[in-house]
Amino acid sequence: MTHIPVLIPAPLLLAAFLVPLAGMLHKGLAAAVALAGSAAAAAFAVLGLGKVIAEGPLHYELGNWPPPVGIEYILDPLSAFMAVVVTVTGFLSLVYFRPSARHEIPDRFVTGHAVALLLLAGLSGMVVTGDLFNLFVFLEIASLSAYALVAIGDKQAPVAAFRYLILGSLGGSFYVLGVGFLYFATGSLNMADVAERLAPIYHSRAVIAAAVLIAVAMALKMALFPLHLWLPDAYTYAPSAVAGLIAPIMTKVAAYVLIRVFLGVFQPSFAIDHIPLLPAISWLAAAGIIFGSVMAIAQQDLRRMLAYSSVSQIAYVGLGLGMANPLGLVGALLHVANHAFMKACLFFVAGSLRYRTGSVRISDLAGMGRKMPWTFAAFTVAALSMIGIPPAAGFFSKWYLLLGALEVGNGWFVAAILLSSLLNAAYFFRGLEDLYAKPGGKEDESRVAEAPVGMLMPTLLLAVGILVLGLLNSLIVTEMLMPVASGMYQR
Amino acid sequence: MEFVLASRPLLAVSVSLLAAILIVVCGRWPNLREGWTLLAAVTKFGLVFSLLGDVLGGRTPGVTLFEVSPGIALALRVDALGISFALSASLLWILTSVYSIGYMRSLGEDHQTRYFASFAICLSSTIGIAFAANLLTFLIFYEMLTIATYPLVVHKGTAEALAAGRKYLVYLLTGGGALLLAVAWVRHIAPTLDFQPGGILPNTTGATELALLLILFVIAVGVKAGLMPLHSWLPAAMVAPTPVSALLHAVAVVKAGVFGFARVTGFVFGADMLQRSGVINPVAALAAATILLASLLAMAQDNLKRRLAYSTIGHLSYIILGIVLVTPDAWRGGLFHIITHAAMKITLFFCAGAIYAKTHRENISELDGIGKQMPVTLGAFGVASLGLAGVPPMGGFLSKWFLAGGTLAAEQPALLAVLIISGLLNAGYLFPIVYRAFFRRSDQFTKFAEASPLMLVPLCLTALLSVGLGIFPDAFFHWFSLASETAMSVLQDTVK
Repeated sequence: MTHIPVLIPAPLLLAAFLVPLAGMLHKGLAAAVALAGSAAAAAFAVLGLGKVIAEGPLHYELGNWPPPVGIEYILDPLSAFMAVVVTVTGFLSLVYFRPSARHEIPDRFVTGHAVALLLLAGLSGMVVTGDLFNLFVFLEIASLSAYALVAIGDKQAPVAAFRYLILGSLGGSFYVLGVGFLYFATGSLNMADVAERLAPIYHSRAVIAAAVLIAVAMALKMALFPLHLWLPDAYTYAPSAVAGLIAPIMTKVAAYVLIRVFLGVFQPSFAIDHIPLLPAISWLAAAGIIFGSVMAIAQQDLRRMLAYSSVSQIAYVGLGLGMANPLGLVGALLHVANHAFMKACLFFVAGSLRYRTGSVRISDLAGMGRKMPWTFAAFTVAALSMIGIPPAAGFFSKWYLLLGALEVGNGWFVAAILLSSLLNAAYFFRGLEDLYAKPGGKEDESRVAEAPVGMLMPTLLLAVGILVLGLLNSLIVTEMLMPVASGMYQR
Repeated sequence: MEFVLASRPLLAVSVSLLAAILIVVCGRWPNLREGWTLLAAVTKFGLVFSLLGDVLGGRTPGVTLFEVSPGIALALRVDALGISFALSASLLWILTSVYSIGYMRSLGEDHQTRYFASFAICLSSTIGIAFAANLLTFLIFYEMLTIATYPLVVHKGTAEALAAGRKYLVYLLTGGGALLLAVAWVRHIAPTLDFQPGGILPNTTGATELALLLILFVIAVGVKAGLMPLHSWLPAAMVAPTPVSALLHAVAVVKAGVFGFARVTGFVFGADMLQRSGVINPVAALAAATILLASLLAMAQDNLKRRLAYSTIGHLSYIILGIVLVTPDAWRGGLFHIITHAAMKITLFFCAGAIYAKTHRENISELDGIGKQMPVTLGAFGVASLGLAGVPPMGGFLSKWFLAGGTLAAEQPALLAVLIISGLLNAGYLFPIVYRAFFRRSDQFTKFAEASPLMLVPLCLTALLSVGLGIFPDAFFHWFSLASETAMSVLQDTVK
């Protein structure tokens, strides 16, 4: 039996407990432990993905208890793909975390690292677990860590964190309630087992109630419009290091749970025919794509603009899922990876800007393109990718989503996808114009240096990653996503 | 046909991309930086020219890189249509580079590194468009060109330039969205995205679907080609430095639009599907209206560059008109006009830039008597004006002659009238400039003082080229044969 599935969350969890101890000796040591743990998790995830592609799914029985009694960890192409996205992006975020946290939240440097690791452990646990209740445990670990991390930000951060906590806990409770109903109906918590037992009782009211509860819970957690209310404040007022950690991956994992549950545990036909959950998600997502983009245009604060942009972008994932066809799902999953890289890169830049100038207002970007050339070169790449300019990664998410929308023959979805690119261009080019075309403002004479190496390197790596993801997307799609997507719809 | 595997098409595309990196790296040493531009331009032209022999020999050199979406590769393929566009763009890039150096330095412009780097990326995208073997590759380079041109439009950083930049983006990105949808749609209904003479759309495609698809493509490429009512970004973009207007807004970017139209109509739709779509007459009417309106609007402009921009809009629609007439002569004339108009219009812009660099005058009303000071420049201007009006033996006459023949073959005498009227209007808005320059007297321009030779030599060469194209249309570059070959390959079924 291979141990790889459990070896993805384990180093993160272990490091989370070691970091405070190391921090008593030396702060630098704490950061080093955190990085080591996160690097190990990423390495195992990549290793696992290779093994899964070569040999097929990996199963791990926790404590040697066979399922359905014991908890099972599964690395199949879908979870392996997600695990790589979460851990690799998480690792880069932790690299960035150190210099940014030292500057912005020096008092919480060690605890910040520990809680960040807990967050990553929770997220990667959600991805690899094959057990519905175990998923809840990891969900709560991740969520509580996120509330705590947001709360150590600016003056308004505690309020934002409190709002996040209330809505997030509501989501958590809905989820556990839904899982409870499923447990009453089937007597099992193992996903594969539940899937088998559910099929004959799709018409049961308890099952339908469970499905609705889980769908609402995850829509809340993934900030699907109109349940996105917690997100803009949380991303805006969180410390830069935290925003760079949460924004790229947190909501995506909730979207992953939706995919797992409604295309894996339930058969796809359930959420289309028995109760139209997937269509509902797709229409809300189409509305959210436009809403988020329009709101982003109205913002003056760079972080808030990026936050609303996230509301729009996570809706791309929802749209691809809700279309209920393989091409749409490929687009959704590819966008999970693409957007993780893009949004991490953009929030890193926002953090670096704050680090050097103390301001994150869009109007203060004027002339920064010359002062921090590398940082804003990365920003430019990420922004063009968000608009969907080929060959950057963002273009290809749109490409597959569009193909999916044409396949279902829904003109509204097509319109939403195309209009959103134009709206994205509207808010990103506002920034780009300031950066490069306008001369610097009042502080033009002041010397602003390039971001420190520890922040610059991960930013640039992500920018390069955006281009690599774009050029290599076909490899990812044919090797991983297309088999996953067609497999899920062929059952 | 033999498919010659060679890396030259790839090198031809990427050499200026590489140069862009070197230009940025060497930004501190202007002479070295400009050295890279010139080296890349000459190399690029050499590579493209070396491919000409293969194409004329009946081969289509190509290279398939890797898949960018399952079943669709990033692939380049050099055929007669592509190489003729690539040749004109890369040849004129050499002259424009020399001219740019003279222009930018004599005006002491800022951000020269960004300027030359963006220019190089634009040229890579243009050659990529010319050589694209399938719709997705085409789309990728088409969008790259849109973005790479933006920094050049907003180059000056003034409020006017920023406004022009926004307008440019709104128009061009909308066109890009239409293109994306159109390409995805073709992907949805056709077995392949690879360009093939005669088209790739399945015979089962319904007329409504064909019509919608063609309209989407017309929007997509019509924006770059300044087809009315999608044209208004082009006059606004004249705020860019003159070499940009000269090469990009008369040759590379806007011609990428008309080139794309030829590509799509000839190699995605094919003559039958075009006829069946039932929208070619409306498109022809739109092109005819654009020709006349643009010429009239050109007359109303006092700003020299804006007048030239409207003239460009009109001439681009000559080409669109030729393409939608779907007769061999019209295609021949239209495709040849891509080349002749390039030579003539770049000359006019070079002259406008030389005048501006020397005297800081932009308006035609301020140019009385300037022929005394800059006789060579204004002489070249006069030569190119004659060509645009279609006076023999200029190149412009030849392309128009075949276009006229095409209108008759298509039994559209009204369109022939449009071409004739437009020729008169062209004379009407260009000749008075020459008249003012040489025959009005003014005490402001008394001494002979031409712009720097870096600007003067290129504009003389392009003027010479526009005459040469009329007398020896097939010399050196075989542009006329290439146009004929494309027309025959696309329309072979209708000819029989």
